[in-house]
Amino acid sequence: MDHRSEIWNFLLGNLSLKVLPLHNTLEDRILQVTFAVVAISGLAIFGWVTVKRRWGYLWREWFTTVDHKKLGIMYMILATVMLLRGFTDAIMMRIQQATAFGANMGYLPPTHYDQIFTAHGAIMIFFVAMAYIVGLMNYVMPTQIGARDVAFPFLNNLSFWLTVSGVMLFMTSLFVGSFSRAGWLGYPPVSEYQLGSGVDYYIWGLQLSGLGTLLTGINFVVTILKMRAPGMSLMKMPMFTWTSLCTSGLIVVTFPILTAALFLLSLDRYVGTHFFTNDLGGNVMMYINLIWIWGHPEVYILILPLFGVFSEIVATFSGKRLFGYSSMVYATVSIMILSYLVWLHHFFTMGSGPDVNSFFALTTMMISIPTGVKIFNWLFTMYRGRVRFDVPMLWTMGFLFTFTIGGMTGVMLSVAPADFLLHNSLFLVAHFHNVIIGGVVFGVFAGINYWFPKAFGFQLDPFWGKASFWFWQIGFWVAFGPLYVLGLMGVTRRLSHFEDPSLQIWFVIAAFGAFLILLGILSFLMQLYVSIRHRERYAVGHDPWGGRTLEWSTSSPPPPYNFAFTPVVRERDAWTDMKEHGYVRPRDGFQPIHMPKNSATGVWIGLLGFAFGFGMTWYIWWLAVASFVGIVAVAIGHTFNYHREETIPAEDVKQFEHTGNWKPAGEGASA
Amino acid sequence: MPANRLRGLVLIPLFIALAGCKAVLLDPSGDVARQQSDVMTASVAIMALIIVPVLVAIAVIAWRYRASNRDARYEPEWDHSSQLELAVWAVPLLIIIALGAITWIGTHQLDPYQPLNRVVDGKSIDTNVRPLEIEVVSLDWKWLFFYPQYGIATVNDVAAPVDVPIHFKLTSSRMMNSFFVPALVGQIYTMAGMQTELNAVINKPGVYRGFSANYSGIGFTDMRFRFQGLTRKGFQDWISRARAGGKTLSLAAYRKLASPSRNVPAAYFAAYAPDLYQRILNTCTQPGQVCKDKMMAQDARRNQWGPSARHSSPRPAAQQPLTSVHEVPAH
Repeated sequence: MDHRSEIWNFLLGNLSLKVLPLHNTLEDRILQVTFAVVAISGLAIFGWVTVKRRWGYLWREWFTTVDHKKLGIMYMILATVMLLRGFTDAIMMRIQQATAFGANMGYLPPTHYDQIFTAHGAIMIFFVAMAYIVGLMNYVMPTQIGARDVAFPFLNNLSFWLTVSGVMLFMTSLFVGSFSRAGWLGYPPVSEYQLGSGVDYYIWGLQLSGLGTLLTGINFVVTILKMRAPGMSLMKMPMFTWTSLCTSGLIVVTFPILTAALFLLSLDRYVGTHFFTNDLGGNVMMYINLIWIWGHPEVYILILPLFGVFSEIVATFSGKRLFGYSSMVYATVSIMILSYLVWLHHFFTMGSGPDVNSFFALTTMMISIPTGVKIFNWLFTMYRGRVRFDVPMLWTMGFLFTFTIGGMTGVMLSVAPADFLLHNSLFLVAHFHNVIIGGVVFGVFAGINYWFPKAFGFQLDPFWGKASFWFWQIGFWVAFGPLYVLGLMGVTRRLSHFEDPSLQIWFVIAAFGAFLILLGILSFLMQLYVSIRHRERYAVGHDPWGGRTLEWSTSSPPPPYNFAFTPVVRERDAWTDMKEHGYVRPRDGFQPIHMPKNSATGVWIGLLGFAFGFGMTWYIWWLAVASFVGIVAVAIGHTFNYHREETIPAEDVKQFEHTGNWKPAGEGASA
Repeated sequence: MPANRLRGLVLIPLFIALAGCKAVLLDPSGDVARQQSDVMTASVAIMALIIVPVLVAIAVIAWRYRASNRDARYEPEWDHSSQLELAVWAVPLLIIIALGAITWIGTHQLDPYQPLNRVVDGKSIDTNVRPLEIEVVSLDWKWLFFYPQYGIATVNDVAAPVDVPIHFKLTSSRMMNSFFVPALVGQIYTMAGMQTELNAVINKPGVYRGFSANYSGIGFTDMRFRFQGLTRKGFQDWISRARAGGKTLSLAAYRKLASPSRNVPAAYFAAYAPDLYQRILNTCTQPGQVCKDKMMAQDARRNQWGPSARHSSPRPAAQQPLTSVHEVPAH
């Protein structure tokens, strides 16, 4: 390879056969098997779509769609696929840590193990949790405010494909070269000094998907502020819409910081600047501050929409108005603001001094006040209600117990003197899984079970739903309870080998817990399979749960235009109010509806973005330049497309309104 | 301390879970770690005042107001109560005020840069005893310790006499690590070109685990060292044994030591190049590198940018050591 001619160096950059996993090592064998599985399943899907002649359908109806509902569903599918990837990483880590004791070095060398914990963290946050919440917001929020789509439908499609291009870069790193070994936040100096493609894959994957997320944030803020149905003042918005607004606001103010920090890091790596080096004026502390000024709001970006989901579910399944709506709104807004003022608690141990540490410890604790208010308000919503424990409500109950405890351990960590002991320990790892699994993941599953009948017109099978819930709930505690204990035993994170044999039993228990969670994930997949397979059996009306907000007023699934007539809102729980006042669905007088037209631009920009990231990662400059120029050209070309709208004729609207799923409310609900 | 009594009540379930294993963070052997641990348990005790009732209430309310229980009151329109809402804001607020007070005081009292004011609860510092100075350098991937008062240096083995205050000064050769002996004191980062500080004391003789608590690359897992609490006599013997080898850690030997290596056994040096720690701190151990402190002084003298530019008559470099991370030069 060293004697490759100039032309090959030009064409392939740093790429060569050496970077492919073709060696006879365990690491490469694992990758070869993985590749075989991915390739075979990929080919199977490709073949199936080809045989069924579904490519045209996929392209027209899904890939190029600007419909927020379809994009929402695609985000959910993307997140579920990435959940499987991220969870595979988790299982591999648990097996390594359960076996690598004393003379046994485990089956993963640090070069591989360190990639796995990095990939696990980055994928779970960026491509699972983020994709799930963006998917939920995409699907639900416009229908909750009585809108026909988001403010910028094409931008929405572009955001999705930018996220996909980031995912593709991350997945490519499995088989071409290696992934970053610098941890999910890519702290320098490790990320500065690490040679090879890994950190570059990480940087460009996050830059592309981060841009997509930023555009989504802008899109949703504008949608919520400008496109609410008449009568829906801010204080009449559903809670989920409120939390979506706060989350989107946080995205808009924080994601540029991530972009800037990663950009400076890439300058250090590519052109030899010294922003974050130890010498020549650089300083690692700057990166760590920047990344957490983004990173801490990020965890609230993740959790806030799920607080909204739980608010909707608790009210609906208690058959009661949400208790303390105004308190909830103020609590959400104060969390949004406070989340920006706490980042330093991630590095109390850097030597900032007691005044600075105290300030950030106190702001951190203050967040627990509005969060506590929320927990109380959910409790008082159930109080004097009629609580139905359907699957969405089960997840909510699991959340209330798990998240409360996770919140407590979080406040423990915010107590700066205690954090000097607990920082970077497995106690910390247990804590953030406690809130992210107990809050975000439980909330996502609650939301999926709650809104699935809205999206598809049939319910998810409750048996497998309950199985999934209990496996996750019990599995979580079996997997992370031991990590709390290990943390108190003074065990730090990211270790790939241990000497003290007395620790092993705890890691074995944790691995068993991860296995239970695996059963939870499989039950969820089984739930999807069974429900889709027997969808006639699970068919429900358009309002199966006795919903309270506008999305339940339209058909399930909703028509492309969501609402034939824009609803007029008089009350907070608009749909409950409409039902109580004997709302009758109009059968006549439909008007043609203007809707945005599909566009392939997003797909092309996403693909070119992937090519750009790949070219940058491997120093294939011609590819990077060409694809960058391509992106600009496609974007400019798109501005000359004047046919971006189409009209749904009044006849079609009428036909849909007469044939849609309008079964009486509550039919099929397992009340 | 009331926390000590409360701990028994609050942490009973935890102690059951921890029976048979060594939860070092709940029972450390150094006074500073002990106090940090006390703050931790006190905070759990305070939070338990609200967490436990909430957990019970979740279960009770969910059960009482289940849909099948037609005896329970059902008020679908009831969604507001000023008294209750005042309470749901006030109760967490009160808890946080209490917790915040503890945190504020604890953070200031246990500031790692503060010299200790006691050896153990009820026993103040003997003013005749000077703190033991230890300079710590995290290398890739092992730990180097200098004892300037004794002139020795060690690798992956560090010792201190019991009940004598220890003053650590810490830096790193390249990667960022975190110096952590859980039984002794909470951790602190080590960063290249910067110095952090840590004050601690060990109260019980014994051998304790030390390691890096911040991921620093391939050899991070093996970055373990031994921390020994020794009697005065034992400590003197330990120093003598370190000197017995007769090896010297010269600048050249340091460069060799600093190159990346894993699973390094303990090593002892009877002497080391006198300015070695300062050179590492000022990132000038390689040939041709200008030490940062000299560079700063020169910049200041030229009245150029840099934090020292404020001084009209810059002091010589030797009197301007980098004393903390707050004073890192911008250039």
